[in-house]
Amino acid sequence: MNDTMSRYRTMTGHRLFWPAAVLFVMLAANTIYRPGFLSIELKDGHLYGTPIDILRLSAPLILVALGMTLVISTGGIDLSVGSLCAISGAIACMYISKQPDQNSVGVVVTALAMAMGVSLVLGAWNGVLVAVIGIQPIIATLILMVAGRGLAQLITEGQIITINSEPYRAIGLGHALTLPLAIFIALAAALLVAAFTRRTALGMIIESVGGNATASRLAGIRSGRVIFLAYVISAACAAVAGFMMTANVSSADGNAAGLWVELDAILAVVIGGTSLAGGRFFLSGTIIGALIIQTLTTTVYAMDISPQTSLLFKAVVVIAVCLIQAPAFRARFSRRRRHAPPPAAIADKPKEQVPA
Amino acid sequence: MTDSRPVLTMTGISKSFPGVRALHNVNFQLFPGEVHALMGENGAGKSTLIKVLTGVYDTDEGTITLDGEPASFTGPMQANAAGVSTVYQEVNLCTNLSVAENIFIGREPRLLGAVRWGEVRRRARALLARLDLDLDVSAPLGSYSLAIQQMVAIARAIDIKARVLILDEPTSSLDAGEVAQLFRIMRQLRDEGIAILFVTHFLDQVYEIADRITVLRNGGLVGEYQTAELPQLSLVEKMIGKELDVLEGIEEHSRRDLAALEEGTPLVAVSNFGRAGAVAPFSLTIHAGEVVGLAGLLGSGRTEVARLLFGADRTDGGQVAIDGTASSLRTPAQAIDHGVGFCSENRRAEGIVADLSVRENMILAMQAARGWLRPIPRRRQDELVDKYVKALNIRPANPEVPVRNLSGGNQQKVLLARWLITEPRLLILDEPTRGIDIGAKTEIQKLVAQLSDGGMAVLFISAELEEVLRLSHKVAVMRDRQMVAQLANDDSLDADRIMQTIASGSHREEADR
Repeated sequence: MNDTMSRYRTMTGHRLFWPAAVLFVMLAANTIYRPGFLSIELKDGHLYGTPIDILRLSAPLILVALGMTLVISTGGIDLSVGSLCAISGAIACMYISKQPDQNSVGVVVTALAMAMGVSLVLGAWNGVLVAVIGIQPIIATLILMVAGRGLAQLITEGQIITINSEPYRAIGLGHALTLPLAIFIALAAALLVAAFTRRTALGMIIESVGGNATASRLAGIRSGRVIFLAYVISAACAAVAGFMMTANVSSADGNAAGLWVELDAILAVVIGGTSLAGGRFFLSGTIIGALIIQTLTTTVYAMDISPQTSLLFKAVVVIAVCLIQAPAFRARFSRRRRHAPPPAAIADKPKEQVPA
Repeated sequence: MTDSRPVLTMTGISKSFPGVRALHNVNFQLFPGEVHALMGENGAGKSTLIKVLTGVYDTDEGTITLDGEPASFTGPMQANAAGVSTVYQEVNLCTNLSVAENIFIGREPRLLGAVRWGEVRRRARALLARLDLDLDVSAPLGSYSLAIQQMVAIARAIDIKARVLILDEPTSSLDAGEVAQLFRIMRQLRDEGIAILFVTHFLDQVYEIADRITVLRNGGLVGEYQTAELPQLSLVEKMIGKELDVLEGIEEHSRRDLAALEEGTPLVAVSNFGRAGAVAPFSLTIHAGEVVGLAGLLGSGRTEVARLLFGADRTDGGQVAIDGTASSLRTPAQAIDHGVGFCSENRRAEGIVADLSVRENMILAMQAARGWLRPIPRRRQDELVDKYVKALNIRPANPEVPVRNLSGGNQQKVLLARWLITEPRLLILDEPTRGIDIGAKTEIQKLVAQLSDGGMAVLFISAELEEVLRLSHKVAVMRDRQMVAQLANDDSLDADRIMQTIASGSHREEADR
């Protein structure tokens, strides 16, 4: 009994337990409501089914949230990612639409390179405002959040740019190995960011700066550089997400592309266990967080919840998820439930013996 | 002392916090028309006593009487209303509001709920006139100097028909002229019959303004004295609590010949380093293998010296030579490149990164010096961390636990390890043994001796003179934010002479050429 209890504790104590449990419950609820929810079928060499759709549709959010995780870990926030999605998508589509052969791979690669270049410059702009000039991150990135929409509109000249380019469309809707290409892109980005932060010392140094900026400075860390880098990485992730969003619909809309994605991304990061105050970050948690949010969106459609109430429904679920995540709330809840057994049953965490 | 009846009496005050006895059976009396200095080192219980008096804390035991009536305040507001006002070290006012608004905020004269601004300004002017201050009461407070802001805070405090005025380190950020202005106002208020309780670290100021002195040490009352009857040296002794004859002998370590050590080019030589408002310009040379002790009371500028040498704060001027070559120490990163390490006295805020593991905290400085692109291979990390966990006897010996789970002494050792891993040539230790138990303390002292024997230079800062004497080859003495002397630690140097130097500042004897 005691053994089961402690195993239960170890399991629930794992930082990924609650996000994963929430995701599981959501999938289970959907399956009960609509038994075919989890079924996957193979058609024309491609896998189809709601789970595959969820993975494909969550790819842009995962990308944006990965970059956001690093920025939040430094103790900052990046509100401009939605606008950056719109800008990168607009530049790519605009360039392609002007070319005689929209289906040429060379054209698409050039378009992506141009858009990525501009996004990196804009990310550097955010980084300079925060790390060099010292503007508060929420204000510094708010500038580009607002101005960036205007910039995207300027690029598209206020129009919705429609393109007809197979290679570009493939970024959003193509397939590889029976699975949507977008899933692989998101996976590759996740592995890349993980390698970039965990195979180098960047991750630890970011966590150190976000956890205690003063102590980090006194340990000789030049925090400006890593903070700058976090905003650039965030912009790069947003740019790729922008390609995906516009490729999905083969058109660039400066107004709608990536609208409010920054808020979903922040939510995904927080659900994943990274504190908004900065410090430790968890990329795997962020990915689960993004999947939870996309599952929720899909659920709203699948359950035929009317558009008028869908946002409210989402809000209620998000509040519930956040409460379940919060250790303080769980502690209060379990204390109330444990009124019956004597206090001795509340096995405290084994106190560490720390003789000085 | 115009009146023989005390306005305020505190009797048998005790106050404990979990694990700490902050005050134990303290008596304190304050007479109308006197300036009474409350003295003691940090942690002696001064702020606890003030907080008990103003109702921020409850007492565990003891009684407070005000004008002979038992009084117990449930909060600062109630204490204010009863005539006990406090002005804190940092000016707790809003610099963006006007002078008049600051004086009356929270208690503006009102008519039918609307603030009577004319009345606010008129009364503010009247109050300031009483303090001989001629200010534009509509101007934002931030447009005046810190000294004026302090006086506006005093004006705010005495408006509430104050009979007791508590000034908690009001002079720590003022220059000499501003202090004189503040003292003029304090004397005027004293002559009006207000009882002033004055807390400061500056000994000169105590002797300039205080009529009587109460000394606290380790939460206990040492005694109450007439200022005129207590020489400065005795005051320092009473604050530190060391009788001169109980000091232990100095170990062989520090007996190495200073002259031999100081042959050749100094490792670090600074001249005219200083920072306005922090520490007056000083010059100091440190040679390889030398331990330089920095003695002085808390708040005398010891930490400020360390921060300048590490580049944590920038010096206003002066030069630094490292190995005889002109150089600069403008940022911590630059200092680390030159082989300097710095253990801050403020472990929690400036030392550990609580989120990170013991291992990560230990390798942080080395990793920062290498840059993030060149991570220290995990095997090398484990070797280094293992070595220092064993060498410094860090417990628990699991380097993967978050450092926040360790006790203070062990956190201190983790910080030491962080710097030892970088193999510094000069290690600055700011109060490395404060707040840790005696075992860990001895271990750290032994380590410092070993390191210096191995050729490392150490700047050792401590409030405990025995410790400084035992370890140092040379002792620099700080007093009132000035380096007043540098004394060779030879047979003639003892705690007595250091204390005399701290107390008088006159014992100038340059150990340096």
